[in-house]
Amino acid sequence: MAMTMHVDIVSAEEEIFSGPAEMVFASGVMGDLGILPRHAPLLTQLKPGEVRIKKEGGEEEFYYVSGGMLEVQPHVVTVLADTALRAKDIDEAAAIEARERAEKALQDKTSEFEYARAQAELAEAMAQLQAIKKLREKAGR
Amino acid sequence: MAVGKEIRVKINSIKNTQKITRAMEMVAASKMRKAQNRMRSSRPYAEKMQNVVGHLANAHPEYQHGYMQAREAKRVGYIVVSSDRGLCGGLNSNLFKAVVVSMKGWHDQGVEIDLCTIGSKANGFFSRLGGNVISQAEHLGDAPQITDLIGAVKVMLDAYDEGRLDRLILVYNEFVNTMTQQPQLKQILPIEPSEDKELKHHWDYLYEPEAKDVLDALLVRYVESLVYQGVVENVACEQAARMVAMKAASDNAGNLIDELQLIYNKARQAAITQEISEIVSGAAAV
Repeated sequence: MAMTMHVDIVSAEEEIFSGPAEMVFASGVMGDLGILPRHAPLLTQLKPGEVRIKKEGGEEEFYYVSGGMLEVQPHVVTVLADTALRAKDIDEAAAIEARERAEKALQDKTSEFEYARAQAELAEAMAQLQAIKKLREKAGR
Repeated sequence: MAVGKEIRVKINSIKNTQKITRAMEMVAASKMRKAQNRMRSSRPYAEKMQNVVGHLANAHPEYQHGYMQAREAKRVGYIVVSSDRGLCGGLNSNLFKAVVVSMKGWHDQGVEIDLCTIGSKANGFFSRLGGNVISQAEHLGDAPQITDLIGAVKVMLDAYDEGRLDRLILVYNEFVNTMTQQPQLKQILPIEPSEDKELKHHWDYLYEPEAKDVLDALLVRYVESLVYQGVVENVACEQAARMVAMKAASDNAGNLIDELQLIYNKARQAAITQEISEIVSGAAAV
């Protein structure tokens, strides 16, 4: 029987594949990679493309990843797949948007955090909760 | 006979409220189950990430990334994860209380604070009370996606890269069980090296293309995955808290209805008794 290693493909939102494999093919940013068991530890970025897994017995499975990271340990291969298409300018645009939203919300507001008021407000909320709890206990009796 | 019309109207209106709270309870229960599944399915990524970063911290890379180096704290960033909607008991208030206590601690040491708010409730709270909110994300819905968070997190990471922030703390509710949710404050940057036992010998990854590029990309994803995990967990907490709050509201409405029904019955009985006694005394007089 051929030697196998454990392969995991996971994305931030779900687990895609987990199991033993004889060989893994992936497209790294520097070129295509074929990983066999006992590969030296390797960490690389992946290009959008397919990840091919040769399972025990030679059966192959394909997965598409839109980029991500590939970690190789001698007997474990982990593909950390991106769910979103990542590019520097897309990320930048998203960051600008988030910043603008914050600025818009903060217009004509003081930027110094008012601890006293915050604590007073929270204390009030807590008191309300306590009162509700007491009422409930009373009703429950 | 128009006895206690007001009471009857009141009972009906409470019954209607009870129907709503009961429906919300059931909706929250089913959403909670989905949110828990989502929490579970996003866990493998976070764990794998943790492993890789843990290896990295032990691997003595030739390039030391800024996220791994502790600096003196002059300015601290908080990422506060809250819910988008209310009616979920003390969930958000408890969280904000924990944040405010921790912020006050830094404030007393003369450390300044920047905020990133995720969720409408945190936005509302901090824009009402001030606080330097530098990025925000809201309306993530019940199934938050990592795409919605990238921008908000990047603002904080950029600030960290440029040295405008020296610590990054994530605040969210931890899902203990359906009844209990615990506010969590977790330092995400700088990354504290894990004390691993087995990997004592010196080794390092092969990096493709360069250690710096790979680590940059990896650590950004690491932080995002932590924040995402927090957001997903917070959604599960929100639904659980709402379910419990709505159950309590339905129970309370039930108690109220019972009480009012009793008052109503007594009033009706009193009216009947009075009427009979009037008729009897009227007949006796004839």
